Amino acid sequence: MEVFLQQLINGLTLGSIYGLIAIGYTMVFGIIGMVNFAHGDVFMLSAFIALIFFMLVTAVIGTGAGMIMLALIVVLFLAMFFTSLWNWTIERVAYRPLRGSFRLAPLISAIGMSIFLTNFVQVVQGPRNKSVPPMLNSSITLIDSATYSVSISYKQIVIIVTTAVLLGVFWYIVQKTPLGRAQRACEQDRKMAGLLGIDVDRTISITFVMGAALAAVAGVMYLVLYGVVNFADGFTPGVKAFTAAVLGGIGSLPGAVIGGLLIGLIEVMWSAYFTIDYKDVAAFCILAVVLVFMPSGILGRPEVEKV
Amino acid sequence: MATPVSAPAARQANMMAALKEAAFAALITFGLCIPIIAWGTRQNLDNVLVLDPRWDTVAWAVAIVFVGRFLMALRQQKKGEGRTIVRILPHGTFARLQGHSRLFSLVGLGFLITFPIIAITLAGWGGALKWIDNFGVQILIYVMLGWGLNIVVGLAGLLDLGYVAFYAVGAYSYALLAKNFGLSFWILLPMAGILAAFWGMLLGFPVLRLRGDYLAIVTLAFGEIIRLVLVNWVDFSGGYAGISGIPRPTFFGIPFTAADNGFAAVFGLEFSPLYRTIFLYYVILCLALLTAFVTLRLRRLPVGRAWEALREDEIACRSLGINTTNTKLTAFSLGAMFGGFAGSFFAARQGFISPESFVFMESAVILAIVVLGGMGSLWGCAIAATAMIGGTELLRELEWLKVIFGADFDPTKYRMLIFGFAMVVIMIWKPRGLISTREPTAFIKEKKAISADLVQEGHG
Repeated sequence: MEVFLQQLINGLTLGSIYGLIAIGYTMVFGIIGMVNFAHGDVFMLSAFIALIFFMLVTAVIGTGAGMIMLALIVVLFLAMFFTSLWNWTIERVAYRPLRGSFRLAPLISAIGMSIFLTNFVQVVQGPRNKSVPPMLNSSITLIDSATYSVSISYKQIVIIVTTAVLLGVFWYIVQKTPLGRAQRACEQDRKMAGLLGIDVDRTISITFVMGAALAAVAGVMYLVLYGVVNFADGFTPGVKAFTAAVLGGIGSLPGAVIGGLLIGLIEVMWSAYFTIDYKDVAAFCILAVVLVFMPSGILGRPEVEKV
Repeated sequence: MATPVSAPAARQANMMAALKEAAFAALITFGLCIPIIAWGTRQNLDNVLVLDPRWDTVAWAVAIVFVGRFLMALRQQKKGEGRTIVRILPHGTFARLQGHSRLFSLVGLGFLITFPIIAITLAGWGGALKWIDNFGVQILIYVMLGWGLNIVVGLAGLLDLGYVAFYAVGAYSYALLAKNFGLSFWILLPMAGILAAFWGMLLGFPVLRLRGDYLAIVTLAFGEIIRLVLVNWVDFSGGYAGISGIPRPTFFGIPFTAADNGFAAVFGLEFSPLYRTIFLYYVILCLALLTAFVTLRLRRLPVGRAWEALREDEIACRSLGINTTNTKLTAFSLGAMFGGFAGSFFAARQGFISPESFVFMESAVILAIVVLGGMGSLWGCAIAATAMIGGTELLRELEWLKVIFGADFDPTKYRMLIFGFAMVVIMIWKPRGLISTREPTAFIKEKKAISADLVQEGHG
């Protein structure tokens, strides 16, 4: 029971990161029907941006007890801004010219962008692992039994709370603001939305910006959790987040979060109870099984075939 | 109507607009550069991460983007004025070339057959090895993989992102069967193909009722599963360490060694590693041509026509009584079979395989070759493979750039960077691929090339 509780906490932490990335996939897929393969690499890029800003900020204000939190908040906003700028540019350069082209064109462009970003970071930052000193290490012990003690570390609290707060903000933007309304309209019918006076291009750009901002949050959290980032780190979390988006029903925002949490939990539980070697295989097998038996995911709308 | 503006004033306005755009682009570039280029991270001697400011690189990047965007903006304005712009190739070049496709095929074939001789004549015995191996064999492997995947993606319209799995199945079946049972390359080549086709059927059966992107994702997942199993099942596949010492193919039983019963000794020639490479070159050439031949023939069979019909409209196919599952399954397993052939050839050529060779990026590169070439076009695939793989191999040869950029400039570092960027640029330049028109196989009186605009992509 204690082991389960501990793994539940670990799984939720990892799942929050996957969920944040998954939203970027699901939003872009919802609005332009494209699998944004470069999104995992945008996440990796954001972790690098966060790393650099973290070092700059801590060099200025020091690494005192409260200062780390302050630094993290500053880094979070800076990383969100600059990652958004990157994703905005990527959309502008690589995807917008292909709007209205045939289905595979943007996909190939995205794969090309993904290769480009991975190697770009490798060239400008070097191929080695980059690590920051561990931060927020102390933890709170929740249950202290004789054999196993369940604890939650400060960084896990930070990650789960930040994710929850940002998802709340994001939910409000999509559901309650004119911007979110425009986004949902474009998702349903882009041409009609355009006829009704919505600037479709601008809405799509903003979708990419929002996806990147959430990926940047995930990047900062990833850095806080593991303290290490490498140029090749974008692919596996990217594919898993995408799995999460599909699992939750692609196009559905709450679905992406639920999918992310599920994938995180499955991965952690599998590592704890079975063998750690096959945790990725487990995640992919679940994806295959879900798609075969429930192609629209948990919360997705079934696709209506029009003749 | 607006009053006519005098020519110099208009030019000045144009110039201002172009400058404005260039300044905007430069500003964005500056923003992009700020964190990731302006500070490089580096472990110092105490293994602590330190930052190196690199503002000079940022300045260069901003300046290049400014000038580039300015020139592009000017060029676009000229285009708007109705002047002819400079085209890289005259309009309709590809269409005209396609009109003589038989002639070009013969010329291309002749070139491919004589390529080793040309390489030896031009580069000598010592230098030819690199050209035949790194360029000839390497490109032909990708051409073959592209043509194999073309059956799945180009003809049947099934988006497969895990094609490399079948390549891996072929490679590992050859490696394991040859090492453990001592079977020869020529027995294992068809066997590897059959095993890969079997896997294709096994994986395809449950998933082929999915449509479009969902199919793509499941195939991606299967590709990763096979790779991860190869990584983790150490007893079976050797894990990350891979399998080494895979038996090399022989020339009808005569090995390519320096021994007395080796190829060179038997034919009374001086020993050279080149013979094996030339032999491998002709093997992969035959395999690739077999793939092309089968594809061309199958397109004229009912099953091939069913594939293309399926690609254009699945619902119409179903209502015409075509068994869509079987049709998709044949395409999927045939494509897998050719992947398996290429895989077993790859294992025989390298003598060493590890899961590192079968990562998702390989699938992506093969898919990119098919799409960049123009889906369904064999010529397009071949051109795209030559350009992408040959181009990146050529970047290894750019040692002279060190003279310009200094000694620590390493052009191979930029290989994949340029590869990715080229994929984006080609896609934007020609979204339908290099050869986008399709030649119909069924017609009433005469063949008419189908314009790209009329060709609808597959739905599932």
